[in-house]
Amino acid sequence: MPGLTQGSALSEQNEKDLSPRQMALRRFVSHKAAVVSCIIIGVLALFVILAPFTARYGVNQSVQAPPNSFLSPRSNAWLGTDDIGRDLYSRLIYGVRVSLLIGLASAVISVTLGALVGAVAGFRGGKFDDILMRVTDLFLAFPFLVTLLVVRNVLGGLPWLKPLTGEMNSVRFIIVLFSIFGWMGVARIVRGQVLSLKEREFVEAARAVGASRRYIIARHLLPNSVGPIMVALTFSVVGAIIGESTLAFFGYGPQAGDGATSLGILVGAAKGAVQTGFWWLAVFPCFVLIIIALSINFIGDALRDATDPRLDRGA
Amino acid sequence: MSEKVLEIRDLRVTFDTPSGPLEAVRGVDLDVSAGELLGVVGESGSGKSVSFLATMGLLPARARVTGSVLLAGEQLIGASNKYMRSVRGRLLSMIFQDPLSALNPVHRIGNQIAEMLQSHQDLSKRDAEKRAIELLDIVGIPQPSERATQFPHEFSGGMRQRVVIAIAIANNPKVLIADEPTTALDVTVQAQILEVIERVQERFGTAVVLITHDLGVIARVADRVNVMYAGRNVEQGTIDSLFDHPSHPYTRGLLASLPGPGKQRLKPITGFPPNMLNPPKGCAFHTRCEYAAEICKLDLPELQTFGDLQTACVRVKELPKAEIRV
Amino acid sequence: MLRYIFRRLAWSIPTLLLVTFLVYLALRIGTNPVESYKRVNPRASRAKIQQYIDVNGLDPNFVQGYFKWLKNFITGDWAPSIKGRREVWPALKDAMANTLRLGTAATVVGIFFGLIFGVLAALRPGGRRDVFINTSAFVGISIPPFISAILLQLLFAVYWQRWFGFSLFPTSGVYPAGHTGFDLFLMLKFMALPTIIVAIQVIATYSRYMRSSLLDVLNSDYMRTARSKGISERRILIKHGMRNALIPVVTIAALDVGSIVGGLIITENIFSYPGMGLYFLKSFGEGDFPLLMPWMVVIVASILLFNLIADISYAWLDPRIRLE
Ligand SMILES: Nc1ncnc2c1ncn2[C@@H]1O[C@H](COP(=O)(O)OP(=O)(O)OP(=O)(O)O)[C@@H](O)[C@H]1O
Ligand code: SF4
Ligand SMILES: [Mg+2]
Repeated sequence: MPGLTQGSALSEQNEKDLSPRQMALRRFVSHKAAVVSCIIIGVLALFVILAPFTARYGVNQSVQAPPNSFLSPRSNAWLGTDDIGRDLYSRLIYGVRVSLLIGLASAVISVTLGALVGAVAGFRGGKFDDILMRVTDLFLAFPFLVTLLVVRNVLGGLPWLKPLTGEMNSVRFIIVLFSIFGWMGVARIVRGQVLSLKEREFVEAARAVGASRRYIIARHLLPNSVGPIMVALTFSVVGAIIGESTLAFFGYGPQAGDGATSLGILVGAAKGAVQTGFWWLAVFPCFVLIIIALSINFIGDALRDATDPRLDRGA
Repeated sequence: MSEKVLEIRDLRVTFDTPSGPLEAVRGVDLDVSAGELLGVVGESGSGKSVSFLATMGLLPARARVTGSVLLAGEQLIGASNKYMRSVRGRLLSMIFQDPLSALNPVHRIGNQIAEMLQSHQDLSKRDAEKRAIELLDIVGIPQPSERATQFPHEFSGGMRQRVVIAIAIANNPKVLIADEPTTALDVTVQAQILEVIERVQERFGTAVVLITHDLGVIARVADRVNVMYAGRNVEQGTIDSLFDHPSHPYTRGLLASLPGPGKQRLKPITGFPPNMLNPPKGCAFHTRCEYAAEICKLDLPELQTFGDLQTACVRVKELPKAEIRV
Repeated sequence: MLRYIFRRLAWSIPTLLLVTFLVYLALRIGTNPVESYKRVNPRASRAKIQQYIDVNGLDPNFVQGYFKWLKNFITGDWAPSIKGRREVWPALKDAMANTLRLGTAATVVGIFFGLIFGVLAALRPGGRRDVFINTSAFVGISIPPFISAILLQLLFAVYWQRWFGFSLFPTSGVYPAGHTGFDLFLMLKFMALPTIIVAIQVIATYSRYMRSSLLDVLNSDYMRTARSKGISERRILIKHGMRNALIPVVTIAALDVGSIVGGLIITENIFSYPGMGLYFLKSFGEGDFPLLMPWMVVIVASILLFNLIADISYAWLDPRIRLE
């Protein structure tokens, strides 16, 4: 008899409780800005993937025979043209393509690297952990742009790195550079997560039955850090995209060789357009960059709220 | 019976939660007489803290409170913020469960007591601090004048709880509400803290409401007991009557689960407290009650008086005599 | 306390040496100072080049070279810049003064408003005001400073001029070309836009810090104790809430010099404001080792200094921390 009533009380509670993943999804969807951001990024991605169809001109193609430079927005150039008469709208599509590629590639590399290093550091502790924390402290304390520029030059100045990094003004170089930067933040996050998970029962239990360290990291710690890692991934994408633009803005970005362009190159060109008043050259690229940065940040923020209930403050 | 200082009638508290309204307190009636020590027991989530936080006016704004709370004849429910401020700390004080976090880490102990004094009495800073040291002495803190200049982290858990008590009794309140004041402390310290509370009660004639999970504590110090279940009081009465012949099946369950001399085995109550978002109809205890019948699922049982005891159980007359003795 | 400070200062010397050594290495590899010198001074004689190598400690052996550089640096025997053979100290001093002015203005304005907005947001979490402040701050930190600089410049300097016939805020320098002497009003006018841009970032960052820190505090048990004393809400907030909420914020603030300097570098460049940022970008672009090394020393030293300030203010605000 008591057993029966106990069962009914339990099932009553189960109806109300969702699985953690469903709860996370529900929390994410309740974040309206994040949902809108997902749609925006989706549309942008489509535009970019379908560049041959969505772009009206080639990257280096002028919209009409000269005179064609600095045309304000008009029917044959929706967003105007640049100094040598190329269509800003089409160039933005190609530019965003390169920038998203840089963002995604360096985010994936740096998050993978950072998650591994962070997991090992958090799990082992000791010297390795100490040194890691010191090094990242040092890097993070320095002004970002200074470290970025100096490290960039150091990478370029080491001839034996050439096979990995490629030319200093290539897209590959930029990706390597941001991977080198990005892993540190991720490593810190994962380390913190691992440190707190380490004390929890299931890890203790695994250790008690003699599971190897590698097994515990792979089977218990990393899967349980998926939330923070996903969040770190989104923020690294933004970091790399903005970083590329910043570099390009100061003239250290990838070069427009082979007719390629990037958001950074377009934003960099805006600097020259301000004083002369060719507003479209400044406004549209900046606007696209802001939209991308904001959307991805909103997604990351919602992911964080959704996967970390501690931050969910109702009071 | 002496004069009543606190009279709670039909107190109800509802929280708006994302999953809908949650009625945490569902019509509590309760009296506290001057100078008595009233014990309040019940499982976790039964609404003990919420009832008295409502009395203090300390619930967050999203809590809806209705009913009546008379403190020395003055209505507190719906009273202005200003009036509630003047009541809190002067007529009505509260001690919370966790002494480790109840004190502000960045202010000196003496200062935190003096603040309580100065907010209700016209005292100079020096006088307030002098009085603070006396209070530390009253609650049994050695070398009070040195301790007053220290910070909370320099005190042990038990010592901090003494400080919290000193703050609570600083203005000699009519009623002192102690919400599980000993739960976070270890056993020897628990006994000391209870002693301090009893001493204060005797010395100043303060009425004390002692909220606890521990019927053993109640048996030792309380004059009367109030048993709560699912946001209602299901039984109340003098300590002797309740311990000698408990009527309500829930009270019997609590007593049966109490360790004691001459008892072979403990019999914990089976099942879980109900989900308050969706409490069972009728007597909320029917999902766990071994005497439950169809009639129990119909209406909420009201308190009925039987001698020294008031019990809210529709089948109270049909129940077998309690065989429990403590 | 004093002993602690002295010990920390003593400790910062080896740190400073280590970090400057790393910086020395990075610059040697990254900017190739000797090549840069030859590039800028193509007709320099062999003796000149050798002299440049000697005084800057650019020996092939990095460790030896570093100590040589260190010795010359400490004894004040600083090499002139590779381009135009300018004295380094006066240039660095001016840049520091200008940046200090801009940085202080932006930080003070930024932290002041940031804290206020953070408190306003935390007082009614989830309310309309909170959502507005929080979203704005989020947008603020999402927009990189050079983007806001370009857009503000376009609006206030260029188009304002077109529409209204005068430019509201100048876009470059500290004073108009040819101006001499000190003129506070003119200076403030020139500093306005760059200050706003750096301050936006600071406001956005600190309102978020403050909000979350204060929310933590407001939900704490000792705030409930304070409320149960019957003291006024304002007093509860100021005496019990703010001090506790400020502890983490102050610590972060002092550690944040790096990112504020980062924002300054970008902003100074866009507004041609002659501070540390412009100094760095110019000398870095030319690979001007004699200009770069002292700049790095100043930056590393100020980071260490602010770290110390962070620890001291932490201990000062929080009695639980003992400096040992
Ligand atoms: N601020 C709040 N918002 C929503 N629900 C709350 C809030 N505070 C309490 N509750 C709910 O009210 C019910 C009663 O809680 P209360 O804290 O009074 O229990 P209690 O009897 O004091 O238990 P314990 O012995 O654990 O202290 C619980 O179901 C709890 O979830
Ligand atoms: S009313 Fe029924 S269910 Fe409730 S306590 Fe009495 S017998 Fe048990
Ligand atoms: Mg409670």
